[in-house]
Amino acid sequence: MRYAVKPGLYAVGNPDRDSDVFVSANYKMSFDILRRALKGMNAWILVLDTKGINVWCAAGKGTFGTDELIKRIGASQLENTVSHRRIIVPQLGATGIAAHIVQQKTGFRVYYGPVDAWDIRRYVETGYTATEDMRRVKFTVWDRLVLTPMEMLPALKIYVIYAVLMFFIMGMKPSGIIFKDGLADGLPFIFLGFLAVLSGALVTPLLLPYISFRSFAVKGWIAGLVFTFLGIKNISIAAPATVFSFLFFPLASSYIALQFTGSTVFTSMSGVKKELRFALPIYMSGAFISLALLVFFKLNQWGVL
Amino acid sequence: MKYLANVTSLKFFSDKCTGCGRCVEVCPHAVFAMNGKKAAISDRDMCMECGACARNCAFGAIAVNAGVGCAVAIINGMVTGGEPSCGCGDASNACC
Repeated sequence: MRYAVKPGLYAVGNPDRDSDVFVSANYKMSFDILRRALKGMNAWILVLDTKGINVWCAAGKGTFGTDELIKRIGASQLENTVSHRRIIVPQLGATGIAAHIVQQKTGFRVYYGPVDAWDIRRYVETGYTATEDMRRVKFTVWDRLVLTPMEMLPALKIYVIYAVLMFFIMGMKPSGIIFKDGLADGLPFIFLGFLAVLSGALVTPLLLPYISFRSFAVKGWIAGLVFTFLGIKNISIAAPATVFSFLFFPLASSYIALQFTGSTVFTSMSGVKKELRFALPIYMSGAFISLALLVFFKLNQWGVL
Repeated sequence: MKYLANVTSLKFFSDKCTGCGRCVEVCPHAVFAMNGKKAAISDRDMCMECGACARNCAFGAIAVNAGVGCAVAIINGMVTGGEPSCGCGDASNACC
């Protein structure tokens, strides 16, 4: 599938020399959202080459950037197409665009439009003014829900490897790998592992504002602890396996939840660095101790210890 | 929703501010507000270090260590010793 739109100047309706110019990314979805928001209006859309990435992400990377905008204004001969010197850039594009440099180099003054394309009509009708509300980026439960598949997918890939490993480890006997034992002893761990994925990749993002503490690692750990507790209540496992479970699964959930920092609209690089400095050593020692417990559990089961 | 307190690298130099209001306009989290004829930081802990304010300040009154707050990117950066990177190439649209 192709998600990229060819960069350049596009027309919506029947624009003339006085029509507004809206700048967009060449990610098909960004372009389509803008086109739909402009329906019924006569306007120009200037599409930048952002390598098929949306405005905010591309602005962060610099592809939705000052140089590209200046280049694209020149290449499309915008100064001959319109008589005014006004271009409307989505507010979230500001991360990549230095408005004063664009004006210096092209003569076009950058007007930052609203965060949400649906507010464009109101923005234009009120003389290019955005209300306080139009300037804020929101992060509703729906916004978070649509992001969770991209959290679940990478976690589930690792989970499948984990599940197969657990099956073999639990099936391992001095006499060989016993399929029946792999299932009987492995299933509780495979079940609890799945709960950890759910709690870190789905439940923590969804309940983000309602779980205590600001740290994503702590939020994920708390959710993981609750899920492990609920999970263990419904299955019967040996005492060493319980210790392992309460150590390993909440930490796994915490690690998965920490990945969500990359998708939210309010986490900062300095903040995530701080979390990692605190959490990484805990993850590593937790993984090491978990492994030791697992070995102890197996040796104990075999009657070696 | 607020992230960790007192972590942002955002710096504001009031003496260089001309009160143009661009930072108030571009910030998606209302970190800046006009205070008389100059801008001022009104809610520091809401800063997500996107860098829009600093890039759009023509007078060099704002500095911020901008970047993506993504755990994988930062771990990649720690491992390779370079800048945080998503590990996704230019052609990829899988992450930001």
